[in-house]
Amino acid sequence: MSDNTIRQFISFTIGDEEYGVDIMAIREIKGWSASTALPNAPRYMRGVINLRGAIVPILDLRSRFGRGSTEATARHVIMVVAVGNRVAGILVDAVADILAVPGDDIQPVPQLEHAAAGFLTGLVTVEGRMVALLDLDHVFAFDDMDLSGAEVAA
Amino acid sequence: MAEDQSYDLSRFKATYFEECSELLASAEETIARLQEGSEHPEDDLNALFRCVHSIKGGGGAFAFEDLVHFAHVFETSMDALRSGRAQLTPHVGDILVRGNDVLGDFVRAAQEGATLPADHGAEVKALLAGIISGEAAAPAKPAPTAPAAPVAVSTEPGYATWKIRLIPAAGLLRTGNDPLLMIRELASLGEMNVAVDRSQLPPLAEMDAQNAYLSWTFTLVTDKGRGAIEEVFEFVAGDSADVVIEQIGAEVDAQEGDGWGLFAPLPPAAETVAAPTPVAASAGATPPPAATHAPPAKGGDTGAGGIHTSSIRVDLDRVDRLVNMVGELVITQAMLGQQASGFSIESHPELVQGLQELSHHTRELQESVMAIRAQPIKALFSRAPRLVRDLSAKLNKQARLVMSGENTEVDKTVIEQLSDPLTHLIRNSLDHGIETPEERIAQGKPAEGTIHLGAEHRSGRVVIQVSDDGKGIDRKRVLEKAIEKGLVDRGAQLTDEQIDQMIFAPGFSTAAQVSDVSGRGVGMDVVRRNIQDVGGRVVVQSTPGEGSRFILSLPLTLAVMDGMLVAVGNERYVLPLTNIVESLRPNAQQARTLVNVGDVLTLRGDYIRLIRLYDLFGIKNAITETTRGLVVVVETEGGDRIGLLVDELLGQQQVVIKSLDSNYRPVEGISAATILGDGRVALILDVGALRIMGERLNRSQVEAAANAEAAE
Repeated sequence: MSDNTIRQFISFTIGDEEYGVDIMAIREIKGWSASTALPNAPRYMRGVINLRGAIVPILDLRSRFGRGSTEATARHVIMVVAVGNRVAGILVDAVADILAVPGDDIQPVPQLEHAAAGFLTGLVTVEGRMVALLDLDHVFAFDDMDLSGAEVAA
Repeated sequence: MAEDQSYDLSRFKATYFEECSELLASAEETIARLQEGSEHPEDDLNALFRCVHSIKGGGGAFAFEDLVHFAHVFETSMDALRSGRAQLTPHVGDILVRGNDVLGDFVRAAQEGATLPADHGAEVKALLAGIISGEAAAPAKPAPTAPAAPVAVSTEPGYATWKIRLIPAAGLLRTGNDPLLMIRELASLGEMNVAVDRSQLPPLAEMDAQNAYLSWTFTLVTDKGRGAIEEVFEFVAGDSADVVIEQIGAEVDAQEGDGWGLFAPLPPAAETVAAPTPVAASAGATPPPAATHAPPAKGGDTGAGGIHTSSIRVDLDRVDRLVNMVGELVITQAMLGQQASGFSIESHPELVQGLQELSHHTRELQESVMAIRAQPIKALFSRAPRLVRDLSAKLNKQARLVMSGENTEVDKTVIEQLSDPLTHLIRNSLDHGIETPEERIAQGKPAEGTIHLGAEHRSGRVVIQVSDDGKGIDRKRVLEKAIEKGLVDRGAQLTDEQIDQMIFAPGFSTAAQVSDVSGRGVGMDVVRRNIQDVGGRVVVQSTPGEGSRFILSLPLTLAVMDGMLVAVGNERYVLPLTNIVESLRPNAQQARTLVNVGDVLTLRGDYIRLIRLYDLFGIKNAITETTRGLVVVVETEGGDRIGLLVDELLGQQQVVIKSLDSNYRPVEGISAATILGDGRVALILDVGALRIMGERLNRSQVEAAANAEAAE
C-alpha cells in the first residue's frame, strides 16, 4: 500500500544528530530563557517557563536521551509543542530545516541499542542526512515519569 | 422534609423568575420586530409562542393560576396568528405588546406573592380573545362582541381541554403498572400540564417504597377524543386506580360528544377574569387611534417597570476570561512596581503615587472579579439534612446534623466538585462512625449521635470539616485489613496517624459486610482523588471512642493571593502569607537535633519541627546552617506548626495562582505556580505537603543512620 501524502516536519539538531517533529504539533519556536527548576523532578525536566501567562514545562531532549544535560545559552532553542491538551517545550541545540516527506519515505525504526529508539516513530533520509522522527506522546509521558526521590505518599 | 422542599422550591422559583424576565424581554424584542415588519414573521411568531409557552409551563408547575390562564389565552392568540386564522396587523401587534405587559404583571405579582385584582388584564385578555376569533384583525372595526368576548380555554378546531385525575391505589406498583408510563403516553396525546398531589406521602421512616402515594391531575389539550384518554388507563382504571376524566370548557356544557365547536365559549364562572368589566367594554368600543396609544394596561406603572431582577446570568467563559485578564493585570502591575522601585517619591511624585493607586485599584478589581464566581457553600450543605435523615432511618441510627459556616463563599467549580466527596464523607460518618443507639447508651453517650458539618476560610483556603462523635477509626482493624490487602508489611511500625491515612488507600474498606450505604468500593480513595483534583487535601483525625474528623482543605481557586517571596539558594518560592506565623533567625540554643527525631526548634517553650527546604527539594548553594538562615514558622490547615529553613525573605507581593498540572503534573510540596514581576515563574509552596514530606525524609534519614550504625 503506498502512501504518497506529503507530511511536513521541522527538524532540529542535538549535537550531530537531526530529529524531526510533525509541523502540526509545533506551536512556536523561541530562544532559550531561564527556567524555574521543579523540585524532585527527573534530571531531564529543566523546569517551567512563563509562556505568555501559561506555565509550560521544558524538557531537555539531550538529557531525555541520556546524553547528559544541555549547557543552555541564549543560542539554544525551545520548540513549543502541543501534546494532547498540554503545551510543553523541548530544549534543543538549533533548528535545522523544514522537511516535506512523502509517507512512503518514512522507514520504521530498526531495533537499535539506541537510547532514543523508544522515542521515535520513524526515520527518513533527506539529502543524505538521517532524520529521526519523534514520538511526542512518548517523550512527554509526564504521568508515567519516574520521579526519583519523590515516592508516592503512604 | 417540608422545610427542605419549600427551600428547594424557592430556589427553583428564583430560577423561574429569572428566566421569566429574560423571556419577557425577549418576547418584547420579538414583538417589536414583528411590528416593524419582520423578514421572517413565522419564525418570530414561533419564538414568541415559545417564550409565552415557557412562562406558562413554569407557572403551571408552581400553580400560579392567574398567570397560566392569561398566558394560555396569549399563547392561543399567537397560535391563531401562526396558523393564519388571524392577520398580523399593526393593531394586533399593539395588542401583543399589551399582552406581554400584562403577562409581566402576572409574573411580578407571582414573584412578590401579591394578588392582582381579579379583573386585571381582562381588557387585554378580551382583545387577545378577539384575535383568536379573528375579530381584532382590523382596527377600524371595533370588536362588536368585545363586551361578551368569549375567552376560550381550548380554541383550536377539534381540540378540547381535558382534566384528568389519576389516583392510584396503594398497590398499583405491585400489579406491574407504572404511572410514569401512563403519564408519558398521556403527554404524547397533546399538550399537557401536570400537577402532583403528594399530600398522602408519609414520613420517610414509615414509607413503603413499593406503595404508590402520589396522585396526579393532568390538564390535557388534545384533538383525540375521550376514547384515546381512556385507553391510556385501560389496565388500571377501576381496580388499581381511580381515574376521573372530564372535559373542561364549553363542549361539556354546550355540546355533547364529538361535535367540536370552533371556538368554545367558556362559562364565565369558570374563568376568574372571564366576566368582562366595564373597562374592558369601553376598551372594546374605543376608537382605534386611542386604543393604539392607550396605556399598556391599567395600573399605570405596569409596562414601564419590567420585572425586577437582582441578578443576571452570565456565561462562565466570560467570567473566566475576566478573571484571567485581571490576573494578567496583577502581574503587569507587579512588574511596573518592580521597575519603578528605584524612583523616589521626591524625584517622581506623580509616578510613585500613580503606581500606588494602580496597585490599590488592581486589588479592588481583583476582589470584585473573584466575588463573581464565589457562591455560598449553602448550596452544597443544603442536601446534607435530608441525607442524614434518610440514612439514619435506613441504618437504624439516630443522628443529628449541626452545620456551621454555610455562608462561607467558595468558588463555583469547587462547589461542584465537592458534592460527591461530601456526600460520601457524611455516609461514612453515619455508617462507620456513629454507633447504634444501644451501643451509644452502653458507652454513656447520648443515644443520638451528632454529625458536624462546617466550613470556614483559613489560611487562604476553604476548610470543610465533617466530624462525628462516633466510635472513631478502629485502628486495629484498619491495620489488619491493610496487612491483609498487602498495603503494609506485617510487623511494620506505624504511627496512629499513618494508620488513619490507610483508609484513603485505593480499594480499602473495613466494612465487615457491604451495606448499601458504604463499602461498595467507591471508597475514601475516590474522595481523596476528587479533592486532589481541585487542588485540595483531606486529612483525618480520630480518637477512639470519641469520634473522627475529616478535614478537607481546598484552595479558593483561580485566586490571586498574598504571598511572601523567599529565597533558597538560587531559587525563589512563594509562601502563602496566611500560612506564615512569624519568622526568626534562631540562635544556637534554639536549634537542636534530637536523636531519632530530627531537627527541632525551641520557640518560647514549644518544640516545632524544622524542615530544611534545600534538603527537601535538593537545592544547591543554599544556606545550610540553621543559625545563619532564616526560619519561617508556618501553620498548616491541621493547625500544626513547622519551621521552614530558607535563606532570606525577599518581600511580600500579590501573586496570581497558575496551574502547574494543566501542562505538567502535580508536584509534591508545590500547590501551584505564579509569574513574578520579572516574568520568571516561581513555585508556590504547599505547607501541609511540606510537613508530610519533611517527616518522611526525616524518617528515612533516621532509618539510614540506624542501618549505618547496625552495619558497623
